[in-house]
Amino acid sequence: MTSPLEQKKIRITGPSVVTANRTHDGVVIYRTPQHGWSSRLADAAIVRTSDDARALLAEAVADDVGAIGSYIAPVEIKDNGEIAPGNLREHIRSEGLTIELPVPA
Amino acid sequence: MYAYDELDRTLLHERVEEFRDQVKRRLSGELTEDEFKILRLQNGVYLQLHAYMFRVAIPYGTLSSKQLRALAYVARRYDRGYGHFTTRQNIQFNWIKLAELPDALADLAEVGIHAMQTSGNNMRNVTSDQWAGVAPSEVEDPRIWSELLRQHTTLHPEFSFLPRKFKIAITASDHDRAAIRIHDIGLRLHKNADGETGFEVLVGGGLGRTPFIGKTIKPFVHGRDILSYVEAILRVYNQYGRRDNIYKARIKILVHELGIEKFGKEVEEEWQLLRDSALTLDDAAIEEVRSRFSYPAYEKLPHMPDELKQAAHDPLFERWRKNSVFPHKAQGYSIVTLSLKPVGGPPGDATAEQMDVIADLADRYSFGEIRVGHEQNLALPHVAKRDLPALWKALDKVGLATPNVNLVSDIIACPGLDYCSLANARSIPIAQELTRRFANHDTAGLIGRLHINISGCINACGHHHVGHIGILGVEKNGEEFYQITIGGRADESAALGTLIGPSVPYAEVADVVEDIVEAYLALRDSPDELFIDTVKRLGVEPFRERVYATR
Repeated sequence: MTSPLEQKKIRITGPSVVTANRTHDGVVIYRTPQHGWSSRLADAAIVRTSDDARALLAEAVADDVGAIGSYIAPVEIKDNGEIAPGNLREHIRSEGLTIELPVPA
Repeated sequence: MYAYDELDRTLLHERVEEFRDQVKRRLSGELTEDEFKILRLQNGVYLQLHAYMFRVAIPYGTLSSKQLRALAYVARRYDRGYGHFTTRQNIQFNWIKLAELPDALADLAEVGIHAMQTSGNNMRNVTSDQWAGVAPSEVEDPRIWSELLRQHTTLHPEFSFLPRKFKIAITASDHDRAAIRIHDIGLRLHKNADGETGFEVLVGGGLGRTPFIGKTIKPFVHGRDILSYVEAILRVYNQYGRRDNIYKARIKILVHELGIEKFGKEVEEEWQLLRDSALTLDDAAIEEVRSRFSYPAYEKLPHMPDELKQAAHDPLFERWRKNSVFPHKAQGYSIVTLSLKPVGGPPGDATAEQMDVIADLADRYSFGEIRVGHEQNLALPHVAKRDLPALWKALDKVGLATPNVNLVSDIIACPGLDYCSLANARSIPIAQELTRRFANHDTAGLIGRLHINISGCINACGHHHVGHIGILGVEKNGEEFYQITIGGRADESAALGTLIGPSVPYAEVADVVEDIVEAYLALRDSPDELFIDTVKRLGVEPFRERVYATR
């Protein structure tokens, strides 16, 4: 789970999405095929080549007002087509903490 | 408590309005994130995994009940009902919205709290002994000097764009509770042979990727010269500190590369240009700050009141008292540590409800004052011994009387991968599992003093290098692994821990720690020999053998 903040070269080896945080409240968001953002991973645009990943990231980074800290994250596509986070860090960002909050939400 | 003057209050309100305008311009797109980032960091605002994180300063770890209630209000109104106390006497809120941050800052400014110097490459919140002003053997209250440094450095342009962040800690007691040896500058207040008050100055301590214990650069700097001497250090750092490589930018690297003697010579030359200048503190300036600290009007109380004698028959009270209650400089009073390390809970977290209760108890039993320690616990610094039984019952009702202070389950941990965008591995679930393994407080008492520190990455916010047992989360092929060190300590005998062997997977960490503790119990000379002393006597080898024999 090397921090994506240290992501230097863009070279993907499997299905990926572009994710960021929403500027006004920090909520985790994903770039969609409709050139917008969604807080649901299920809505994310999937890229499978490094060129497509670069293009999707460039589009995301261009939206400096709506999103902050865009980067490429790996995902898994399950047999039923469901998109699942590709590592623990992205699982935590998508599904929430692995611990109970001190005050239940 | 320190009373802010009109200048401070005006500064805080102006700062809030300035940030309100900056946030407005960011949200409208007038400021890009690149332009805004440094501004938000100067106001304690980070971006973490799920949300913005807002870090609020608690200078020298002193809070009034009114200020703690304001923090509880912010937790409830703008966040998710809790806050996290850090290893540098700050509090963090994990779910705050950027659009609401100016309002939160405005609410805090009403009670004299701010977020300046909690992030960015500047002089950070100057920390101190959480027992300052009440510790029996202290030379004098170190917070006076912390406050003088705070006033000098807050928004000082020369210290606002340093090569990297810069941290100062001050202690005035023989036993170092402020971890001064792992700070960029550590100051130990003491008296010289002539009875004058001054500082032993240490420099170049720090943890992170390249850990160092601070070295003494000058054994005695008179109090009146401390601003000029610290400024001389910072000027040398500002001039020679590396800005081309973030991993080599801290002053510890400069001190290491130049050597303490050469670095000290450079500082001495700079100091000759600065001393006896406007930076020299005259007695009136020192007294002005000293006079703004108020101290309780202690009553003359018995050393052993009837209420305490009676409560001593209750073994649960006695266990808590022996663990959490400490001597005070005034007869009949105690310092009480409030454990924020419940079994199964995240270390250092307090709910808004708990903060409100603590504020009420501080009003009733501690002259309205609360302290925050770097161990991520709180303290009530002025509790009359007669009130200890009633205080204990009230704390127990809200889960704040866990009798584990300084024991194996009093774990220091960073937020780790559950919250932090830099982390490689989780810290909190490891800490929670360990507190469950050592949930029996009688057993923990038999083990004795043992500090476990956990960091979720090499940045070492959980100070793992100086834990008696240190746990560092790393990533191996996409999985969480943990390196274990033993023998570190953060006190006056500060030392870095030694790695005991290859890293272990997440699921085995608690087993490994149990093995280490069992090895200690078998190896110690006597029940009085602390874990850290057994490691010092025997080295890591017997522990390594025990842990890896079956792995």
